[in-house]
Amino acid sequence: MKILLNGTPRETTAKTLDVLLAECGYSGRVATAINEDFVPAAARCKTDLHDGDRIEVVAPMQGG
Amino acid sequence: MRSFYGTDLTNPLMLGTAQYPSPAILKEAFAASGAAVATVSLRREGAGGTGQAFWQMIQALGVQILPNTAGCHTVKEAVTTARMAREVFGTNWIKLELIGHTDSLQPDVFQLVETARILADDGFQVFPYTTEDLIVGERLLKAGCEVLMPWGAPIGSGRGLSNKYALRAMRAEFPDVPLVVDAGIGLPSHAAQAMELGYDAVLLNTAVARAGDPVAMARAMMAAIEAGQLAHQADPIEARDMAEPSTPVIGKAFLS
Repeated sequence: MKILLNGTPRETTAKTLDVLLAECGYSGRVATAINEDFVPAAARCKTDLHDGDRIEVVAPMQGG
Repeated sequence: MRSFYGTDLTNPLMLGTAQYPSPAILKEAFAASGAAVATVSLRREGAGGTGQAFWQMIQALGVQILPNTAGCHTVKEAVTTARMAREVFGTNWIKLELIGHTDSLQPDVFQLVETARILADDGFQVFPYTTEDLIVGERLLKAGCEVLMPWGAPIGSGRGLSNKYALRAMRAEFPDVPLVVDAGIGLPSHAAQAMELGYDAVLLNTAVARAGDPVAMARAMMAAIEAGQLAHQADPIEARDMAEPSTPVIGKAFLS
């Protein structure tokens, strides 16, 4: 299926969010949202992905 | 010093972590200033995992972390960002920024109040970046905020306190609420003025990070903040329009 990961189109066979993160090489401290809704880390393995989902993966960054 | 949601800070400086020439200078600036709080943000993580290195550096600073919702323009965006920040940074503290105007980065106070209520109900300890409007301040407190952070001037402008009269009125209106001047500070004298008005802390970033020598400026900011705080505690005199001789008139030699 086709998803948008941090704004970039991507083809994936991952069925859940945790699998997608592993597939993309994410580890460490990241937070996730699907279609603008926060998905807690503990819920990623139960969160099914759907065609067209907009997925955001964010991490700590400098800020004011 | 007032506590912020039950946390006693070692000093009244909250320092941003953006725009420093290098991570080494950021660390030195924090050490030189002794800032008690570091503001941080969340951004899209690339394949290189740059956020993880930053996280380790911030943890090593050993200060309280205050994540922000910088750049958010809608309630939904700010709520989702706050929830992601809580998980990543492991704190209920959130600096709530809800931008309403592109050029001035003025907060959208209507959405700010609505978002503050949602986040407070969700267990967040909200630090709202707001204007100096008293009624908005009152609404934010009713929404569950226990701290208010009025702007000094637009973010990054370095203009100092644009409306000292209103900031003084806010201090008088909310004598028991921890108040922070957030944004617009350009010089140590601006930070000192905020403290002289009786504010509890100052939050700044650009004035230090973009100075020619950020480490020296960080030290200068802390010195000014301490001076302003001491001055407020010392109960300053009121300004007057006409001169009043400080040297006693009585006993002056009669020489003419």
